[in-house]
Amino acid sequence: MDTAVARVADWWRRVLASDVLHSFRSSRLVMLSAAVAAIYFSGAMLAPWLAPQDPFDLAKLQLLDAFTPPVWMEGGEARFPLGSDNQGRDVLSTIMFGSRVSLLVGVASVLFAMLLGVTLGLISGYVGGSVDAFIMRVADIQLSFPAILIALLIDGMVRLAIPGSRHTELAVLVLILSIGLSFWVQYARTVRGVTMVEKNKEYVLAARVIGVPPALIMLRHVLPNVMGPTLVIATINLATAVITEATLSFLGVGVPPTQPSLGTLIRIGNDFLFSGEWWITIFPGAALAILVLSVNLLGDWLRDALNPKLR
Amino acid sequence: MSSAPRLVEITDLKRYFDVSSPWLNRVIEGRPRQIVKAVDGVSFGIAKGETFSLVGESGCGKSTVARLVVGLYPPSGGRIAFEGKEIGEDRTARAQVQSRMQMIFQDPYASLNPRWRVEDIIAEPIHTRKLIEGKKAIRDRVGELLSQVRLAPADMDKYPHEFSGGQRQRISIARALAGQPEFLVCDEPTSALDVSVQAQILNLMVELQQKFGLTYLFISHNLAVVFHLSTRVGVMYLGKLVEWADTAHLFERPRHPYTRMLLDTIPDLDLTGRQRQPVGGEVPSPINPPSGCSFHPRCPFATERCRAEPPNLRDVSGSSVACHAVEEGRI
Repeated sequence: MDTAVARVADWWRRVLASDVLHSFRSSRLVMLSAAVAAIYFSGAMLAPWLAPQDPFDLAKLQLLDAFTPPVWMEGGEARFPLGSDNQGRDVLSTIMFGSRVSLLVGVASVLFAMLLGVTLGLISGYVGGSVDAFIMRVADIQLSFPAILIALLIDGMVRLAIPGSRHTELAVLVLILSIGLSFWVQYARTVRGVTMVEKNKEYVLAARVIGVPPALIMLRHVLPNVMGPTLVIATINLATAVITEATLSFLGVGVPPTQPSLGTLIRIGNDFLFSGEWWITIFPGAALAILVLSVNLLGDWLRDALNPKLR
Repeated sequence: MSSAPRLVEITDLKRYFDVSSPWLNRVIEGRPRQIVKAVDGVSFGIAKGETFSLVGESGCGKSTVARLVVGLYPPSGGRIAFEGKEIGEDRTARAQVQSRMQMIFQDPYASLNPRWRVEDIIAEPIHTRKLIEGKKAIRDRVGELLSQVRLAPADMDKYPHEFSGGQRQRISIARALAGQPEFLVCDEPTSALDVSVQAQILNLMVELQQKFGLTYLFISHNLAVVFHLSTRVGVMYLGKLVEWADTAHLFERPRHPYTRMLLDTIPDLDLTGRQRQPVGGEVPSPINPPSGCSFHPRCPFATERCRAEPPNLRDVSGSSVACHAVEEGRI
C-alpha cells in the first residue's frame, strides 16, 4: 500500500514537472477552453441541483409560461434567464440537462470506440499476418462510409429489431453503440502502427524470451506506449461524437424527446425560428458550438504537447 | 571434438526470410519470390559450462542463430536439442526448456522498458514463472540480484533512464539471472558500450559463469572480446559456419581464408608494422548468394572448384573447416 501511495506521489511529481503542464500554463487560450469545458462538465453533472427548474417535472410546467423571451427583452422574466420554450420550459435548464445527455453520449461512445479500437489495434499489430489483414480490411471498408451513415444504419437496424416502446428505453444505449462503432477505426490504425514499432523493440523480445504470455505483453509493455496518441484522438473525437449525436438527434433518430440532448433542443426550437422565438434554438446551438470548440482546442493542444516533433 | 555431454546441440539449423514484394507486384511486374537465407544449415554443439562464440561480419546471420536458439523465431529447418531432447512444436515442453534459457540483448537502451522501475524489470521472470511469492521476498531477491551485478539494492526504485549504458547492461544481466537460467544467449552484449565499460561487463559475465555454472552462447563481431571469453569459436559467413575450433587453436592457427582475414584486422599493441591484408570487398547479398563457396568472390585462393561446388565442414588437425583450398592442402 505504501509503495502504491509513493507511486502516485511520484507520478504526480512528474506530471507537475512535465512539459505538458508547462505548455498548458503558457497558453491562455488553452486554459480558457479547459475552464469552459470544466464548467460544461460540472454544469451537466450537477444539473439536477444547479438548474433553476426541472424541465422534466410535468407538474411544475405551465403552458402559460411558454415562449417567454430572454430576461433582457421586453416581457422577459427572471425565472427564465434565457427565455422559455413552447412548453414553458426554462431554456437554460433544458440546456444544462441537454448537455448532460450530449456529454454522456459523447464520452460513453468515445470510451466504447477506444476500447474496441485499442483492442483490435493491439491484436492487429502484435499478431500480424492474416489476422492483421482481416481487421484492417474491415477498417478500410468502414472508413469508406461516413460516420453519420454508419450510425444511421445501425440505428435503423436496431429500430427494426426492437419494437417502439422498448426502443425508447434503449435509445441512448443504441446511440452510444452506433457512434462508437463508427469511430473505432482511427484508434485501431494508430494503435496498430505504434504496436508494430514496439513489438520489435528489445524489451518486448526480452519479455518473450522470459515467457510472458502475449496478452500480458500487449497489456503491460505495449499498451502504455499507445496511450498518448490514443488520448489525443479521444479528445478530438469527443467533440466529433457530440456533434454526431446532435446531428442524429436533429434528424430525429437520436435520443427521444423525453430526454432531450442539445441536438433535440435545436430541432424543437427550429420549428419556431421563423415565428420570432429565436432563443429556443439559438441558445442550445450556441451552447453546442462553444462546447465543441473548447473540447477541440483542448484536443489540438494535447496533440501538440504530447508530440515532441511538433515543438 | 569435446567429449563432455552437450547441453545444446544444433543440427542443420535453417532460417529463411521471405522478403518478396507483395503478391500483386509479383504478378503484374513479374518479379520473382525473394528468400533471404539468413541461416543456412548451421550445426554445432555447446558443452555444459563452456562459452561458445559465434563471430562474423554484420549480416552473416549470427544474431538470427541466437534468436532461433531462444525461440524468438521458429526455424525453417533443422533441429535444436537441449540436454539431448529436441525442442519441438509442443508448447508446454518448449516453455519448460525455454524457462532454462535467457537472453541478453545488444542495446541496453532498448532492452529495458523505459516506463518500468528496475524492480519490476528484474522481477519480470520471477512474476512470470512464480518463482517467489510475496512482495517482500521478491524485493529481497531483486536486491540480491542487483548486488550480484555490482549495483546497489536501493537502485531498484529508479527508472532505466537514470542509469548509464553499462549499468543498464548490468540490469539486463540481473533480469536474465532472475529466471535462474542454465544457458545464457548473449547477443553482442558489449558492442554498444565504451571500451572501458566493456571489460567490466565481460569480467562480470565470466565471474557469474563460474559462480553459477552457466553455459554461454556468445555472439560478437569483436574478436578481441571473443578471445578473452570463449572456450570455442565458430566463424560464420553468409548464414553458414565456415570454421570452428577451440579458441586458442583458432587464434593460433586459423585455417579458413576468411578467418585469417578477420584475425588480420585485430590491432596489436606491439606496432610490429607488419603488412596486413585488409578485408577486401563486402558481404554479398544473402538474397543472391554466390555459387559454390559463398566466400569465393573475396577469396585470394579461389579456384574453379570453389566457384562451382559448396564446401562442407571437415576436420583438419583440430579445426573444422569448410574450404576446398584447405582440404586440397593448397593453404
